[in-house]
Amino acid sequence: MIVKGHVEGLGERGDAMIRVENLVKEYKTKKGIIIGVDHVNVTIEKGEVFGIVGYSGAGKSSFIRCLNLLETPSNGEIYIDGVGLTSLSKQELRAARLKIGMIFQHFYLISAKTVAENIAFALKAANHPRKEINDRVHELLEMVGLADKAEVYPAQLSGGQKQRVGIARALANNPSVLLCDEATSALDPSTTKSILKLLKKINKELGITIVLITHEMEVVKEICDRVAVMQDGKFVEEGPVYEVFAHPQEELTKHFISSVLQFDLPAAIVEHCAGTIVKIQFKGAVAGEGVISDMLQQFNVKGNFLHGKIEYIQDIPLGIFIMELQGSSSAVADAISYLEKRTEQVEVIRDAA
Amino acid sequence: MPLDHIVSILPELNKAFFETLYMVGISLTVSIIVGLPLGILLFVTDRGLFLEQILVKNVVGFIVNLVRSVPFIILLVALIPFTNWLVGTTIGPTAASVALSVAAIPFFARVVETSIREIDKGVIEAAIAVGATPWMIIREVLLPEARPGIIQGATLTLISLIAYSAMAGIVGGGGVGDLAIRYGYYRYDNTIMFTTIIVLVLLVQVIQLAGDIFSKIVDKR
Repeated sequence: MIVKGHVEGLGERGDAMIRVENLVKEYKTKKGIIIGVDHVNVTIEKGEVFGIVGYSGAGKSSFIRCLNLLETPSNGEIYIDGVGLTSLSKQELRAARLKIGMIFQHFYLISAKTVAENIAFALKAANHPRKEINDRVHELLEMVGLADKAEVYPAQLSGGQKQRVGIARALANNPSVLLCDEATSALDPSTTKSILKLLKKINKELGITIVLITHEMEVVKEICDRVAVMQDGKFVEEGPVYEVFAHPQEELTKHFISSVLQFDLPAAIVEHCAGTIVKIQFKGAVAGEGVISDMLQQFNVKGNFLHGKIEYIQDIPLGIFIMELQGSSSAVADAISYLEKRTEQVEVIRDAA
Repeated sequence: MPLDHIVSILPELNKAFFETLYMVGISLTVSIIVGLPLGILLFVTDRGLFLEQILVKNVVGFIVNLVRSVPFIILLVALIPFTNWLVGTTIGPTAASVALSVAAIPFFARVVETSIREIDKGVIEAAIAVGATPWMIIREVLLPEARPGIIQGATLTLISLIAYSAMAGIVGGGGVGDLAIRYGYYRYDNTIMFTTIIVLVLLVQVIQLAGDIFSKIVDKR
């Protein structure tokens, strides 16, 4: 099970796997200083899947690359499993990185080495004895479903297969954290799904904490427990994925969510409708309660669905429907207030009265 | 008549051919042994890389440029005292090999540096992220990934060396090029000159072809 929630009073760190304090990353260019990450504070719990969304240039890549010090922070502290990375010597940092796996958008496999050799490379970095390396490589290939590709060169693999090799390499030394830098952005939708499934499996079965950055809300919806929305180097909104989807606060967040829950009614349809058009949002258990049919039975109104969708976010339904209500203006008003009482949100898109 | 003439020169041509191979072989070997590490050094000490040492990079880069900016024929003469100190003589193919090596080392070092520079930085970063040591990155990432380019570069160096070796006659180095100058230029013997040209063309073609094939075999991209 996923361990969630910061437990107070369990010592200073609780179950935190990653603690970022006041992280700042600045880049000096000829045109002046560009801020990549701007005073970010975040705690990511053990076993959590934490997603960061944002457009390109928002600083999410800088952020995730600071987590294993591929980029040296300009300021701030990073603690992974209680170890402060910024104060480590080169040697200590190398040892710490063995426990922080990372996968990349463009995979970055060594093209002159076979799949098995690529994975063995990571094991050699940890000074594993030669004999054990072979066994471990095959174990890892088995896990990512590429047992038959050990002696193949990366150029002969598909994108999804390359990413699986990347994952096997990242997991070679049993890391406690896996960083995913746009890991599915170069893949087609069905391959993306299968890679996300694999990441989820790794998270559940091995208990590895995952931090991923992406510009696709679909990815967040699919596997994240918590999400942060990043803009201009800052986390502008952060929370459990379901909450963020159900109650987005910032304009930017709403914009990202609309890519998954998109409701644009064609203007022609709106014109043809005589009645009042309402948008109703259901959360969690309410979605299964038949609120609409109750409403239609209790009030003298006719309902007509124009648009609707139920998304399952971490297996909890989030439903949004747009419907037209026809009837006397008082009946419609009563029906709407009934809906308001039972559901989360009712928004009147167009009032017929 | 020309055929008889060629046959009569064959023993000398044969000797010259092996002198060329000798000079070029020695200098290629030396340039690889010294130039390869230098090329790697030029790359890994550059700004933003895992062994960043700007001072080292600048000093080595300056020396490499310095040697490369001296025309070979002048280098050949200027190095005479050094050659004498190193191999105890200033004439003959061995002496010529010293100057050829000195010229080829910085050339090959730059070739190696350029080949490594073509590797996607991400692959190097991935190796850093995995916790690899600098030595592991050099041996298991940089060299294998740059191998096709380095082989192409060695081929290029070898062919340049053959061209330079024609000047070795200045210090009595012998070789095919020297033969061409002595018979073709000083004695107006066109038959010998064209024969040597054909020999050199064939030699270069064979080397280039072998280099291309070899480079392709190791290229897994």
